Amino acid sequence: MANQPRVKLPKSAKAGEMIQVKTLASHDMETGNRKGKDGTPIPRLILNKFSCTLDGNEIFSADMHPAVSANPYITFYIKAEKSGSYVFNWTDDNGEVTTVSQDMAVS
Amino acid sequence: MSKLKHQMVRMDRRQALKAAGAGVLAMGLASAAHATPEDAAMAVSKLGGSATADSAKITIDLPEIAENGATVPVNVTVDSPMTAADHVKHIHVFAEGNPSPEVISFNLTPSTGKADVGTRMRLGKTQNVVVAAVMSDGSVHINKKEVKVTIGGCGG
Repeated sequence: MANQPRVKLPKSAKAGEMIQVKTLASHDMETGNRKGKDGTPIPRLILNKFSCTLDGNEIFSADMHPAVSANPYITFYIKAEKSGSYVFNWTDDNGEVTTVSQDMAVS
Repeated sequence: MSKLKHQMVRMDRRQALKAAGAGVLAMGLASAAHATPEDAAMAVSKLGGSATADSAKITIDLPEIAENGATVPVNVTVDSPMTAADHVKHIHVFAEGNPSPEVISFNLTPSTGKADVGTRMRLGKTQNVVVAAVMSDGSVHINKKEVKVTIGGCGG
């Protein structure tokens, strides 16, 4: 991926608080339906999996298909239960994984 | 002379029929390139469980008119306490008129806290967006909403 994905997660939160997480990855999300200038089809290359984990436990994930817009933007909520490093992974069709991790302190 | 004329008319009719046949064939091909509401319904039925149509539990937040089909914001909220015993497991989004009906599937856990997810999607034309929510007890709720698309966003 050209640029690191962006994740909006607060640095601290109160226990039990519902927190909205916003993520934005930069990716063309090539559908495989388009044709290049010479008429040959452009092969499909999308990010097909997104996940958010804490200590190896999955909190949230999404399976993406070519109908997700370029630069996939995903929002979801997490319940602030414990402090730690929240790990966000994006996997593309070639199996390449881009990771962003961010700490959140829960008091 | 009149017999010849009659034959010509018959010929025309035959040609007309041929042309009509070709037209039907072309229409068939065109629809094959796009998913149909039936495809979307089939994808929903694969989820198992007893689907409840037009469930009030699901709120779909979508623009009525999307000027640019390449990025259509969508937000889905499902009414659920999100506890270990009763939570939403999956939220699937389908587009009835895209080349393939699947858009995105969100997988939720009790730690997700709130069944409120959003993304941006591509829509090829004016169509219904179908949302199916699979609950932890296996029941499936579905709801749909129509979006008018001014410029399609599937490329091609």
